[in-house]
Amino acid sequence: MKLDKYLDRSLWVFHLNTGSCNGCDIEIVALLTPRYDVERFGIKLVGSPKHADVLLITGPVNRKMLPRLKLIYEQTPDPKAVIVVGTCGTSGGVFYDSYNIVGPVDKHIPVDVYVPGCPARPEGIINGVLKAWLKLERLRGLSGKEVEQKIEEVKA
Amino acid sequence: MSKSTAYKVPIGPIHPSLEEPMTFNFEIAGERIQSVDLAPGDNHRGIEFMGRNRNIVQIIYLAERICGICSASHPFAFCRAVENAAGIEVPPRAEYIRVIIAELERIHSHILWAGVAAHELGFDSVLYLSWKVREEVMDLLEIITGNRVNYGMFMIGGVRRDITEQQIPRIRKTIEYYKDVYQKLEDVFLDDPSIAVRTKNVGVLTYEDALRLASVGPTTRASGVKKDVRQDQPYSAYADLDIKAITPDIHTGEVNGDVYDRIIVRVLEVLQSVQIVEYCLNHLPEGEILSEPKIAKLLANLKKAKGEGVGRHEAPRGEVIHYVKLNELENPEVWKARAPTYNNLMSWVPMLQNQEVADIPIVIASIDPCIGCMDRVTLTDSETYKQQVLTREELRQLSIEKTRRMLK
Repeated sequence: MKLDKYLDRSLWVFHLNTGSCNGCDIEIVALLTPRYDVERFGIKLVGSPKHADVLLITGPVNRKMLPRLKLIYEQTPDPKAVIVVGTCGTSGGVFYDSYNIVGPVDKHIPVDVYVPGCPARPEGIINGVLKAWLKLERLRGLSGKEVEQKIEEVKA
Repeated sequence: MSKSTAYKVPIGPIHPSLEEPMTFNFEIAGERIQSVDLAPGDNHRGIEFMGRNRNIVQIIYLAERICGICSASHPFAFCRAVENAAGIEVPPRAEYIRVIIAELERIHSHILWAGVAAHELGFDSVLYLSWKVREEVMDLLEIITGNRVNYGMFMIGGVRRDITEQQIPRIRKTIEYYKDVYQKLEDVFLDDPSIAVRTKNVGVLTYEDALRLASVGPTTRASGVKKDVRQDQPYSAYADLDIKAITPDIHTGEVNGDVYDRIIVRVLEVLQSVQIVEYCLNHLPEGEILSEPKIAKLLANLKKAKGEGVGRHEAPRGEVIHYVKLNELENPEVWKARAPTYNNLMSWVPMLQNQEVADIPIVIASIDPCIGCMDRVTLTDSETYKQQVLTREELRQLSIEKTRRMLK
């Protein structure tokens, strides 16, 4: 899939909790606050999946949230990247043998980036969002070298 | 039915940023809420069921992950329950370290809550200020325990890591930092007219209702009920301290039971926690930190234990109770955890009665269910059955507009 020029902008992120313990979710909020301040990169949490470029999914996916997870994935416009934050969304973590857990997330929707950790560290989540951005750039048709060049530009 | 417009407003459960996300069904006449119904269950992970298939030491880490904010409170209560059932004595140094961790957690949780409450009112600058202040205690927790959240400190019969000599000056630095910044917090939250105007006489929970609904923690103390496990049944190192439950009349001389009073209680408890940490640090006894350092031997001992135990702890949100029944098995026969938010849920019903739609976010946030479960609201007009969906952002916008209106 080759993308148009409209992705040439900051990433907006929608956060979905599928039954997480709140640990990762609080770390995601901590990202927005002065210590980590991801808004300086233009990364912003949005209130609706329809505005988002990136889905940030936490939690091991329980039965009641599964249809909502799929619905929100479908509501997010293409091109999109999906990031799973936390060990329980990546592999099930400590919740692996519960009767009410149908995860991990990649059993149900395609996932691009995994950020493990219980909870994932804020720096790790920033790194995950950067990886998702690279994926979206690659979808745009840029080669790996051009992407790296672009990162250098951003850093400068 | 008369022609007056009545709305049914289900809120949630998508974007369940609570530990226990749920759906709220409001019935609304104009701007006033007539009745509220709650439908929890969206975040059910079957933790107690899983616990019955694991051994006691594994359950500590499972209990830690019941809630990422109370990640010291649940293991604290669970360890106390098992120690109670198996008759294990905890060394005094471990008791003090446990209390230090629990109180540091209370500081971070209350400051987190204060920021979220300010966010719901539309004061994002206060959200950023308070979360900046919170990072100091997160750093300290990371230095002591090795992780920002989910500390992994608790073990049956003690704690897993000691507080070393080198760490003590760093802890004192944090104590001094919070003593310095406390006055600023008090100014921002208690003397600011714009916070007062939005929170005074909003979401009132009367003394009688607080007793009747058995609410716990700052929610009930803000209504004037002097209920605090640390005061009523002193345990662990709290028994050496003379802790008094904080009620809003300490600060203002009166009890209204509104959202403002809940802010007072939490802000004052930050200072109380700082003082407790300082006391524990000054009186930290020497000695062992674990009654049985070998985990294999500990598990073998627990396998022989038989009996029931209850562990209570005053978590940042209120009393958490764990019940354990051991029956000479590797796994506990029964494990039951009761988190404070469960008690406080029903207090939303009297709080939200006769409030405005724009007050929903702050009233729901006021019992500290971590973050309001405010993703989506559907307004259904009872005459036309037209549905209008309000997102969390729109609802917050309503709240912000109300603040502006009232300040004019």
